[in-house]
Amino acid sequence: MTRSNEPIWWSLFSAGGVVAAFFIPVTIILTGVAIPAGLIDVGKFNELIRHPLARVYLFVLISLPLFHWAHRFRYAVVDLGLKGLDRVLALLFYGLAIVGTSFALYYLLLL
Amino acid sequence: MSNQSAARKSKEYVRPMPVTWWLNRKTYFLFMVRELTCLFVGGYALFLLVLLAQANDADAFAAMLNSPLSVVLHLVALLMVLYHSITWINLTSKVMVVWRREDRVSPKWIAAANYVVWVALSLSIFGICWKIAGT
Repeated sequence: MTRSNEPIWWSLFSAGGVVAAFFIPVTIILTGVAIPAGLIDVGKFNELIRHPLARVYLFVLISLPLFHWAHRFRYAVVDLGLKGLDRVLALLFYGLAIVGTSFALYYLLLL
Repeated sequence: MSNQSAARKSKEYVRPMPVTWWLNRKTYFLFMVRELTCLFVGGYALFLLVLLAQANDADAFAAMLNSPLSVVLHLVALLMVLYHSITWINLTSKVMVVWRREDRVSPKWIAAANYVVWVALSLSIFGICWKIAGT
């Protein structure tokens, strides 16, 4: 990752940070509290996620937070002392975010 | 970044930094906690991906969401992601510069507006899902 790539990764990190901050807590409450508690019917929820808008929502909610993780974790690991591995880590983490995004697209189209 | 690569090439003495440097002060510790919230942000994205992968098997989909392990992990993730949300809103409102006529809008007002939007969005999304899939 050359230095000139930095603005792209930083923008994705930043966009992912906003999406995570505003949308992940309520989604966690839906999948982790409301469904197990029986407030939301899991069968109907399974149908709801097939709506085109829900698919877009889920795509954004998977892809951008993955890039947020990749960028922030890269620098956290560097801060924890693995400075020499920065280039390898960048390749690995951004690569994983790209792979995750591809899988999200694949599964959302298959729904 | 340029400082780092320059430092690596020079023969100057670089004082070694212990891996536990962030445990020495509360502010350093909270900084590291904030940075590591990304593990839960990314982890939840991964969870959604795995959930989608078996969405076409309704029983597996339901079993995954109703497992006690899933509930525990969700609660831990919720705490960490809430910390991300709060630190993110507080920080970005200081970075954003908004002018109203001659005066710069106070970061506190920008943060307050963000909190209002955050709560409104969360209630709307929960409300829509409850209306469609509520029991």
